[in-house]
Amino acid sequence: MITKKGISASPGVAIGPALVLDTEEYRIPRRTIHPSQVAKELRTLDAALEASRQEVSELRTALSRKMGQQTSAIFEFHEKFIADSKLRNTVAAKIENDLCTAAYAFSHELNRQQKAFRAVPDPYIKERVTDLFDIEKRVLRHILGRTREDIARLSEPVVIVAHDITPSQAVQLDRQHILGFVLNVGGQTSHMAIISRALRVPTVVGLTDATAEISGGEMVIVDGTHGIVIAEPDLATLERYQALQQEYERFETRLRGLRHEPAITRDGQPISLLANIELPQEVEAALEAGAEGIGLYRTEFLFLGSDRMPTEEQQYEAFSSAVRAARGKPVTLRTLDLGADKLATSMGVQHDHNPVLGLRSLRYCLLNLDLFKTHLRAMLRATVEGDVRIMFPMIATLMELRQAKATLADVMEDLEEESIPFRRNVPIGIMIETPAAALVADALAQEVSFLSIGTNDLTQYTLAVDRGNERVAHLYSPHNPAMLKLLRMIMRAGHRAGVEVSLCGEMAGSPIYTQLLLGLGLRKLSMAPKDVPEVKQLIRSTTLADCQRIARKVLQFDADRQVLNFLRDEARKVLPPEAF
Amino acid sequence: MVVEREVVIPNKEGLHFRPIMQFVDTAQRFAADVTVKCEGREADGRSPMELLMLVATHGTRVRLVADGDDAEAALEALSALIESGFGET
Repeated sequence: MITKKGISASPGVAIGPALVLDTEEYRIPRRTIHPSQVAKELRTLDAALEASRQEVSELRTALSRKMGQQTSAIFEFHEKFIADSKLRNTVAAKIENDLCTAAYAFSHELNRQQKAFRAVPDPYIKERVTDLFDIEKRVLRHILGRTREDIARLSEPVVIVAHDITPSQAVQLDRQHILGFVLNVGGQTSHMAIISRALRVPTVVGLTDATAEISGGEMVIVDGTHGIVIAEPDLATLERYQALQQEYERFETRLRGLRHEPAITRDGQPISLLANIELPQEVEAALEAGAEGIGLYRTEFLFLGSDRMPTEEQQYEAFSSAVRAARGKPVTLRTLDLGADKLATSMGVQHDHNPVLGLRSLRYCLLNLDLFKTHLRAMLRATVEGDVRIMFPMIATLMELRQAKATLADVMEDLEEESIPFRRNVPIGIMIETPAAALVADALAQEVSFLSIGTNDLTQYTLAVDRGNERVAHLYSPHNPAMLKLLRMIMRAGHRAGVEVSLCGEMAGSPIYTQLLLGLGLRKLSMAPKDVPEVKQLIRSTTLADCQRIARKVLQFDADRQVLNFLRDEARKVLPPEAF
Repeated sequence: MVVEREVVIPNKEGLHFRPIMQFVDTAQRFAADVTVKCEGREADGRSPMELLMLVATHGTRVRLVADGDDAEAALEALSALIESGFGET
């Protein structure tokens, strides 16, 4: 049994055979075998070599008709190489002398050869190393049985173990046959984490060397909730996880049953639940989870991980595909929120001494007008594809809002001159995520169509706490009495101006806060797609009258611990115990 | 009978796939054992894997050693093959 700790990327439990995907760096684990097993490993080796030789031979015959002599010669060499008795004898000797598996001995020998080739300065010879890779993979596939295959053609449910998977690969996957993902690289905000959450596939990322320790075919447990992966579990562990998996699935099934039910309190108050997304591919999963639209599309993900700024066409393609996927449901596009923890290599900015208080987000855009205008053009062009709204982040002053709106007006004029269609009356809103904006929300509300509260940044700036700094992270609490006062202030400002207020921070997706937020007057919450069913369940279990009572009570507390305990108790009263 | 001869690999791409296969095919026509030595490495003249691992690039000097009744003929055929550049440039 091997237990590995990684980063939880998508919750849930998956149990099944591992399918290790090829990467150029995969290695087969060294496993010592008993001398009595040597004969069996030798038979495995011989059978795999013969099967590989035949496979190449058939490939060569098929190819020679289509591709001509040159290609055919390459495979002829592969065939001769695999059939070479020297190769067979070297590997067999290693199995006998070192008491290792056929897979390990073969992989070891081929790796040795590849290393020797890489050291050669001659470019013609050096290129041959890819042939050695190819031969290695082919024979290993036969040694290991059906464990290394094409990801798009799976015939049975498997846990995918890989170095990394590209988003485009991931969305092509056959969801039916993917139980879970185990990846060497990635973090909670990596594309793969986002997509696996959207697909609701238990996933652990950031394991560094999972592909080296899991060879394929063996049973693997993926505990996506806790970021743990267990290979070849013992019976007790397996049974424990099977029970956990059933419990989790029962809960999930019940939540999924709510998908088409309205989010309405028991006393008849409808609440609008929307989803936060980062990639256009997430829209479908968001709607499937029961979201009524997209309340926050974080467009900056287009800009991350590339050294070049995306072109207007690339941006338009992403925005319009998200809008089309929403099929007429609202999509709120937030303009670029780069900076602080999200720095694109293409930004070319110097590191600020204090990045969260530095040149980030809208400030960066207003100083880089060409980039900002291209961005806004792409957004405006997408407005004709559906119900689009545009939202500016990180507003601190009225002047910033006016500058942003003036830039948008310029871009509209340009588009009109060029006769490019867009919707002139596209609703414009802002995020309230600085204390300054919260305090002047009255004035800001006069100039926009909607306000959206970003509780993550608002909490950080209000309490002067960096959540990423472990020494002060415990001081970060969105339910701090100071925060609650600001929330109430923003709600009142919106109400007086007749402007809709929504909330799109992490607070919106946690059922503990749902009753408080409803009680404070919020009717629109935007959250991660995976959180929609749970929040909906809570809304359907409570009454607006109760929520208002809870909010009134909580506003009298003066310690955040007190607030949290009270809210937790109130949520427990209406939610089943599995929710916690 | 053991005979030896030194030759230089004349073709641009060196001892790669096609030349190796030609070499092996030729060596197999004779009964004599053929060994190819190159910069301290050694390969069985009938093993494509070992010949590939010689990494005998363009301009490399290799020593052919043949041992057996038809050693002389084998050496003649193999060095002629190499010197012809395996029909390449």
